[in-house]
Amino acid sequence: MLEIKNLHVKLEEEDKQILKGVDLEVPAGKVHAIMGPNGSGKSTLSYVLSGRDGYEVTEGSASLEGQDLLDLDPEERAAAGLFLAFQYPVEIPGVGNMTFLRTAVNAQRKARGEDEMSATDFLKMVREKAKDLKIDAEMLKRPVNVGFSGGEKKRNEILQMAVLAPKMCILDETDSGLDVDAMKLVSDGVNALRDAGRGFLVITHYQRLLDHIKPDVVHIMADGRIIKSGGPELALEVEKNGYADILSEVA
Amino acid sequence: MALPQTKHDTTEARLATLSLPESGWSAPARRAALARVREMGLPAARDEYWKFTRPDTLTRPDVIEAAVFDSGEPPFFNEIDTLKVVFVDGVFDADASDDLSLEGVSIERLADVAGTDIHWAKDLYGTLETNGQDPVARPLAALNTAFATDGLLIHVTGKPSKPIQLTYSHADTRSDAILHHVVKVEAGAEVTILENGPAAARFNKCTEIDIADGAALHHVRAQGRDHERRAATHMFTRLGEKSTYKSFTLTVNGVMTRNEQVLELTGDEAIAHVAGACVGDGDFHHDDTVFITHDAVDCESRQVFKKVLKNGATGVFQGKILVKPGAQKTDGYQISQSLLLDGDSQFLAKPELEIYADDVACSHGSTSGAIDEEGLFYLRSRGVPERDATNLLTLAFLAEAVDEIEDQALADEIVSRLEGWLTRHG
Repeated sequence: MLEIKNLHVKLEEEDKQILKGVDLEVPAGKVHAIMGPNGSGKSTLSYVLSGRDGYEVTEGSASLEGQDLLDLDPEERAAAGLFLAFQYPVEIPGVGNMTFLRTAVNAQRKARGEDEMSATDFLKMVREKAKDLKIDAEMLKRPVNVGFSGGEKKRNEILQMAVLAPKMCILDETDSGLDVDAMKLVSDGVNALRDAGRGFLVITHYQRLLDHIKPDVVHIMADGRIIKSGGPELALEVEKNGYADILSEVA
Repeated sequence: MALPQTKHDTTEARLATLSLPESGWSAPARRAALARVREMGLPAARDEYWKFTRPDTLTRPDVIEAAVFDSGEPPFFNEIDTLKVVFVDGVFDADASDDLSLEGVSIERLADVAGTDIHWAKDLYGTLETNGQDPVARPLAALNTAFATDGLLIHVTGKPSKPIQLTYSHADTRSDAILHHVVKVEAGAEVTILENGPAAARFNKCTEIDIADGAALHHVRAQGRDHERRAATHMFTRLGEKSTYKSFTLTVNGVMTRNEQVLELTGDEAIAHVAGACVGDGDFHHDDTVFITHDAVDCESRQVFKKVLKNGATGVFQGKILVKPGAQKTDGYQISQSLLLDGDSQFLAKPELEIYADDVACSHGSTSGAIDEEGLFYLRSRGVPERDATNLLTLAFLAEAVDEIEDQALADEIVSRLEGWLTRHG
């Protein structure tokens, strides 16, 4: 599904190398987690994959189902099936949540040569999915993320993911700012989307999210590289001993 | 005091092209207005009040040619049932206009009744305009009072069942139109007045509005799509106790627009909202100049102006709230914002507060900025193409001004026109 090879990335503004050769493959149907200390390049990886400005790929490649991602505009990546759940979802005053969702869905359908969804079908679909995430009609009417609590913003990200039904989901520190109940709700939302055709890349600092979203593979990232990969037990090891052991082991 | 020579010459050169209709009840007001023009002189580039807008094309004797633009779109407010009054290049078009009778309102043409000796409008014609000359001179309005060739005298005594729509068509590339309307809304009455169209190559329009106690006037205006037209408009509004005035203006294109709104809240608990959205691409200069005087207790005023500018377009906002002594519990709000879609455009703003009462809440803000890059990326990451995302964010920026329109059908029409512009100019 998602294939990253020897990815080197530097910041455009300053001559600073952030990713120094990332290799990663997430097959369809699998959940991979990336853990790592602050500044290891986890969020940069998610931004580069989704096409944010300000990064320059100096070497390597990233593809989704064989399609080169790095040449595509962010909207083309989205239409190809990539979705990033933001660590800090953006507030968009003046744009209603529902309008935002419908615009996004129809834009993707159009890009894929499909017909627009009828207003009634769309409304029905969104309401159903919103209900599971305890997102009420009021929240759907409000401007995107404006005045939302941290938990509401993250639930809104998962709602977008559910509505857009991407092939490859990247979750960037979706657990940050969530209390235990909210984390459960968000995780349930993610788990409901797990299926054989969909891949997940879950980026997190902490193991606790992985108690809810059980990963198939855990990668440890440090200084712009994946330094160790293993099963779910690797996350437990990090939780118990921190990153220091693993870092010294690799060094 | 004698005018500076150049100002005197400019004024006289313009006056030489005009003739004063010397008959009927409006004659004294017209003569007095002419005297005011001579005393003030027409605006010049050095006048403080015209610091951001060059007045020369509005004051010169001859009109600069302005191509007539055929948008191919249905006319504005076409889907809404209105009483339509049409002026073409400032000349009343009887064939295109509806019958002027409507329950709850009397509508007459200034040109029709000018010859009579008495008329209800006599007390208002030129009166609110004169009041509005202090403390800031508005010579183009006085010029209008003196020389207006036509206009409507609207006397609202009830609640007419539909809006009165003034359509200003433009057909002659060299037309120079001067229209003057007087609107009197009696106590407890309520009316909606719509205006649309470019009107002429050069348009000078003045509206005097007197809203009595407990009365309401809703005003929505769209200034057409002609690129080369020039317009100077004034609206002088006096509000009585518990009265309401809500005005919204959409300006799409236009090489020169100066819209002045001069409001005086004279009765307690009056509410006045003036709002505007303008979008300009290239050779576009748009000036909103607003002066609101609070002279009563517990009144509310709101000014919401939003401008979207690109390719060298210029937006101007001069907005003042004057709170007179004793106008306690005044609630004044003013926001002017521009969205600059590129580095070539500019927004010039001069927000002012002058307050002589101690128990008031007045706030003002003015900002100028580009499209929010974070928001843009967020939308794109969800699959919305860059241009559509930019348009969505632009409409969102304009929303606060459009939201001032109470009637949903009118607001929807304005939004759809803005969407059309954004699609064409994306």
